[in-house]
Amino acid sequence: MNSGILIFASLLYLAFLFVVAYWAEKQAEKGKSLVTNPYIYALSLAVYCTAWTFYGSVGRAVTNGIEFLAVFIGPTIMMPIWWIVLRKIIRICKVHRITSIADFISSRYGKDATLGVLVTLICIAGILPYIAIQLKAISSSFLIVARSSDDYKVNQVFWGDLPFYIAVALSVFTIIFGTRRIDSTERHEGMVTAIAAESIIKLMAFLTTGIFVTYFVFNGFGDIFQKASQIPDIRKAFVFNNEGDFSNWFWHVFLSMAAVMFLPRQFQVAVVENVNERHLSKAIWLFPLYLLLINIFVIPTALGGEILFANQNVNPDSYVLAIPLKFNQKILTLFTYIGGFSAATSMIIVETIALSVMISNNLVMPVVLKSKKLQEIFKGNLSNLVNNIRRTSIVLIILLAYLYYKTIAEHYSLVSLGMVSFTAVAQFTPTIIGGIFWKGGNRKGALIGLIVGSLIWFYTLVLPSLIGARLFPQSIMDNGLFGLEFLKPFSLFGMKGMDNISHGLFWSFFFNLGCYLYFSITSKASSIEHNQAVIFVDIFEYSGQTANLSIWRGTAYVPDIQLLLNNFFGVKRTEKVIRLFAQKNKINLKDEKADPQLVTYAEKLLAGVVGTASARIMISSISKEEKISTEEVISILKSSQELLSANKSLRKKSVELEKATSALKDANEILQRTDKLKDDFLTTVAHEIRTPLTSIRALSEIVFDNPDMEIEERAHFLSTVVKESDRLGRLINQVLDLEKYESGKQKLNMEDVDIQDIIKDSVDALYQQAKEKGIKIVFIPDRFAPKFEADRDKLIQVVVNLLSNAIKFCQAQKGEITIATHYVEGWIYTSIQDNGVGIDKKFHRLIFDKFFQAEDQTIKKPRGSGLGLAISKKIIELHNGQIWLESQVGRGSKFTFMISVI
Amino acid sequence: MYASARNNMKELIKVLIVDDEPSILMSLEFLMKKEGYQVFIARDGSEAMDIIEKEVPSIILLDIMMPNVDGYEVCYSVKNSLRFEHIKVVFLSAKNKEIDMEKGYSVGADLYVTKPFSTRGLVAKVNALAINVVTGSTKME
Repeated sequence: MNSGILIFASLLYLAFLFVVAYWAEKQAEKGKSLVTNPYIYALSLAVYCTAWTFYGSVGRAVTNGIEFLAVFIGPTIMMPIWWIVLRKIIRICKVHRITSIADFISSRYGKDATLGVLVTLICIAGILPYIAIQLKAISSSFLIVARSSDDYKVNQVFWGDLPFYIAVALSVFTIIFGTRRIDSTERHEGMVTAIAAESIIKLMAFLTTGIFVTYFVFNGFGDIFQKASQIPDIRKAFVFNNEGDFSNWFWHVFLSMAAVMFLPRQFQVAVVENVNERHLSKAIWLFPLYLLLINIFVIPTALGGEILFANQNVNPDSYVLAIPLKFNQKILTLFTYIGGFSAATSMIIVETIALSVMISNNLVMPVVLKSKKLQEIFKGNLSNLVNNIRRTSIVLIILLAYLYYKTIAEHYSLVSLGMVSFTAVAQFTPTIIGGIFWKGGNRKGALIGLIVGSLIWFYTLVLPSLIGARLFPQSIMDNGLFGLEFLKPFSLFGMKGMDNISHGLFWSFFFNLGCYLYFSITSKASSIEHNQAVIFVDIFEYSGQTANLSIWRGTAYVPDIQLLLNNFFGVKRTEKVIRLFAQKNKINLKDEKADPQLVTYAEKLLAGVVGTASARIMISSISKEEKISTEEVISILKSSQELLSANKSLRKKSVELEKATSALKDANEILQRTDKLKDDFLTTVAHEIRTPLTSIRALSEIVFDNPDMEIEERAHFLSTVVKESDRLGRLINQVLDLEKYESGKQKLNMEDVDIQDIIKDSVDALYQQAKEKGIKIVFIPDRFAPKFEADRDKLIQVVVNLLSNAIKFCQAQKGEITIATHYVEGWIYTSIQDNGVGIDKKFHRLIFDKFFQAEDQTIKKPRGSGLGLAISKKIIELHNGQIWLESQVGRGSKFTFMISVI
Repeated sequence: MYASARNNMKELIKVLIVDDEPSILMSLEFLMKKEGYQVFIARDGSEAMDIIEKEVPSIILLDIMMPNVDGYEVCYSVKNSLRFEHIKVVFLSAKNKEIDMEKGYSVGADLYVTKPFSTRGLVAKVNALAINVVTGSTKME
């Protein structure tokens, strides 16, 4: 392919990154921040997949079989643990405004500058080769594609140094989006969004190539595997050979578990750039999914390459590109190239930002701040200084990586150098994990552990590569240092049978952890170390309170603090920040002497910009500090914790009290409501009883007082007395009945019943009444309705009640009542329909309430107690059935109840 | 002579009975007719209003809980009309609470009798009201 096109595409891609980052920052300024989206967060984590993944996995799969997967299995196993470990780290970093891994360790172990320097150096030494191999990947992928072109030779000299130009362009990008503003949170929205976009591109590119190889070059997975199984070399790579393989697997998985958290770029995107702890819960499944996807086609591509390029001298690292090239797929090749390019650039960008922060905050600033001379020079200009250090270090890192690439990396494959970097950052595991879960870990242990671990790392893994580049004599490799056999870098203390990485990791980690534990236990921690240890380990208890938790004691003046902050935040912002803090914590700023809380707060703000150790130095330079003994620190922390837990239990108590109060209120309301209901009920019952009583008394008195009244009239009066007495008796029975249903005392007398019999009996009981009023009753039975278990008398009561209501509502002579039964899917439906006055829809539910008629006087009142329907409903419900009403005014009413036959 | 004159006068006095219970209507109608009043009957509030409009009775025996228009409303509109305000209203109700009676008097009732009532007592009270109607006094002692 024409190398001009390639260059153009690369530049275009970089321009695209610029646009994405710029756009994201503009969106953030408009308040539409993109990084609040958990998917962006999860995607940015995929910066884990570098050019090494993109090209190297295939190469690794060819030589070592499925061993490449270890690097992805580690993070996947790690994900659930993240919720415990990473969430804690994120919380600690937010509370203490920690912006890098070096700062984290330095802060945890007593805000110690030396530890910060050490961690920064380990990171630089560990990561430089890693950046170098990204440049190498860009360069070799470019060459592979360009070499296929005819005009390649003409341009060779000029384009040969492409990585250099790429390095320059990346430095520019990183400087623009990585150091644009200085802030105490150190977040870069534009950069993160660009990285997330890159993650999508590299995944798509890899999947496209994989699909091409698997389904277009070959006929799917089966075809490739079948063909590959005939090549003996391949078969060997995909079989576990001996126990060594298993132990290597273990160490590789372990290594990548550490790397996915402690690589500076991972720490940057996962911790520093995290805006919301809850984003973790999405990342926990999304990130492993990403890893799975990007690995699906690794083996098919590797095998495909082996089959296609058998006995040809093609580097397996380049199969991803070589296969589409072989089939002359130009656009696909270009896309794949860009995918690899994006994998490399994303890694370089994030890694250099993370390293530059460490270099400025943990390496340079402490030196500047400790020297009076240097401080004089940069006085009042510290903010610019920090930024300039970062910019310079970005350029330096990238240039150094370029040099490394030129001198050493050319000799090694992508994966082997990546693993060396992993092993470097794995050295942080004891100090960090110990630091957040074990209060006993102290500075001495951390320092010695890290030094010993990194020295062994250097000796077993870096030195051999330097020897390979002929910077050291080969004799060290063959005979050991000083000719001592047990100091051979690849078999320290005579240990054999592991691969170099596992071997180096084993010894460095072993001594690192051992020293950390031994020296932590045997040495005493200073008061500030103890303070930090407690705050880190118990972060979830303190995170709400740390502003008020101040172990600092001494004399400082508000104007001094203000001047210090002015350096970094400007006069206006400083004033605002201090005023807000004072307001919130009720601090009087008119006091010349600064409140300890304010001093602690200022230190934290500074820590966000220049690192914990530097901030410590700055604060102590403007104040006269008193020494606090460890015992005092412990007692302060203890009392604050007691206060905290007292607070907590008080809060818990008050919440409980509130709950109890509201429960009581509810109960009271229910009581009042039932009380009122009962009251209403009694009033209504009394009223309903008084009405017939009134008639009975009046009529009886009349008959008594008027012996001369006509005999017919007397008979009429007396029969009314009898009727009203019946009504009274019925009412009393029904009230008692209803009370039984409501209190649950009413028992059903279950027997096998036939719905048709029940209806016939009910109709018989009312036949005379209907006949007198001239009302026709029609019954449409369903002969297929089976017998079922029910209380026969109670059901008759219901049907009689509904039927007598229907008779009451029907006009004399014109009335017609239809009773029907239907058996449908285990339910028997019984309906009683009349052509009477009908009932307004709004009463369809209320009508089943007791005394509904009496309560609502606005509808035409039929004769009756007002309890019949309420009782009917209770009876049906006791049979686990339902009863309802369909009706329209003027169109009659239809009552239906359904009862299960099972 | 005196009694007959009184009875003659009673024939001129119109009594309206309003209740939705047929058996109560039956007994009240008998009692009032026996005393010699001219009796009208209504089964609910709106029917009562029609009769009041047409006949302008002197005394109304009024139930409270009735469908459509209740007794309070009937009483209120009677007592707030220049044409009808002289009509004597007697509530006859099963509502026997203080608060119900207060409400009855507040809408302008002349008398509140709780059910069940003594027929002799009721008749006596109505007769006393009737004398006031005749003598033109508006209040009852």
